[in-house]
Amino acid sequence: MLNVGQLNEGVVLDHIEAGKSMSIYKYLKLDQMDCCVAIIKNAHSNKMGKKDIIKVECPIDELDLNVLGFIDHRITVNIIQNGAIVAKKDLKLPKKLINIIHCKNPRCITSIEQELDQIFFLADEERETYRCMYCEEKYRSSRKKN
Amino acid sequence: MRHLMSPLDFSVEELDRLLDLANDIEANPEKYAHACSGRKLATLFYEPSTRTRLSFEAAMLNLGGSVLGFSSADSSSAAKGESVSDTIRVISCYADICAMRHPKEGAPLVASTKSRIPVINAGDGGHQHPTQTLTDLLTIRSLKGRLGKFTIGLCGDLKFGRTVHSLIQALIRYPDVNFILISPEELRIPDNIREDVLRRNHQNFKEVVRLEDALPDLDLLYMTRVQKERFFNEEDYVRMKDFYILDREKMKLAGPDMIVLHPLPRVNEISVDIDDDPRAAYFKQVQYGVYVRMALILTLLEVKVC
Repeated sequence: MLNVGQLNEGVVLDHIEAGKSMSIYKYLKLDQMDCCVAIIKNAHSNKMGKKDIIKVECPIDELDLNVLGFIDHRITVNIIQNGAIVAKKDLKLPKKLINIIHCKNPRCITSIEQELDQIFFLADEERETYRCMYCEEKYRSSRKKN
Repeated sequence: MRHLMSPLDFSVEELDRLLDLANDIEANPEKYAHACSGRKLATLFYEPSTRTRLSFEAAMLNLGGSVLGFSSADSSSAAKGESVSDTIRVISCYADICAMRHPKEGAPLVASTKSRIPVINAGDGGHQHPTQTLTDLLTIRSLKGRLGKFTIGLCGDLKFGRTVHSLIQALIRYPDVNFILISPEELRIPDNIREDVLRRNHQNFKEVVRLEDALPDLDLLYMTRVQKERFFNEEDYVRMKDFYILDREKMKLAGPDMIVLHPLPRVNEISVDIDDDPRAAYFKQVQYGVYVRMALILTLLEVKVC
């Protein structure tokens, strides 16, 4: 059993699909933060067989966790304060995604003006459909449903 | 300050006021002859479109204003690699309002975020063409006396035809509109319009391939051109371009009050034989295009004429 030190304040992202932790590390911009991060890959899981876990020691409001709802809503988000789980965050699809996904429409203005932010808005929550703000090209979330 | 990116930027009430203003301009053109004296319209056309550009220019000149601009990307600073954002910041120093056509979808939206003057989307790729929609709405309301309570056939290139997409989005806000979507299999309406616009809003619509099957039921027929510039493959274009040709024989299937609209330019899809048919309204539509652009310029510049 691998032991990683207990958090005092921060978040534990549990039940991440095995192998996805590094992309979440990037999406949450953890590489740009000066805080303690532990990534556990391929941990044993009764429910999933294998899973990844990320522990982040930082004030909770420094993280934009909304993007996790777009990546995989099955991830468990445990909020830690004073060394104990004080809350679990429900993941919802964010209304807007900025520079998370890219428009693939060759006719979109973003295809020639690369300094523009890639902005997608949630067009249909039920179908988990996002559309490019500029050209309205559809992007369907690839996350799996329960 | 307001911009026009999509026909849905205006509420139904605002659209009614805009169309009322256009009808007043039609009835009393002299009243508006100096309404924009001293104002300048910039026409930023990154791809050729003589018709739309001249319509905008005629509208501003009719209002007593002036026009400046360019008519292709080659003759603009875009050829030197300038971004849309930089161009509009510069143009904001030269003009009071601008109309932008761009082959890339969303370019006018980008411009509107950086502009100090109202930006009108004069067509962005295969995406939106809101002033054509305003033209279509004004033509329909003026000639049929109402918006809503009719069956409209939209025929031709429904896949890339942005005028069709914009018109559908505008018409679903009016009561009892039945849509008959007439296209070859390869040029069917895209799924975002079928699912997100028509189905989600519980609109009555059906898709057919043969124009002859739809004609007897129509109050309005909106013909479109198969646009060569939207195809990546010449072979596909050649196969599709003459799929529909509206001629005298087919017009016999239509009712006496049906009107035929077309955003123009036409190629082969409407035979010149029917130009003198009283139901052919596509040249009247061009004239309404000028009136509605005049009304739009006045509205966005917040010019009141008593």
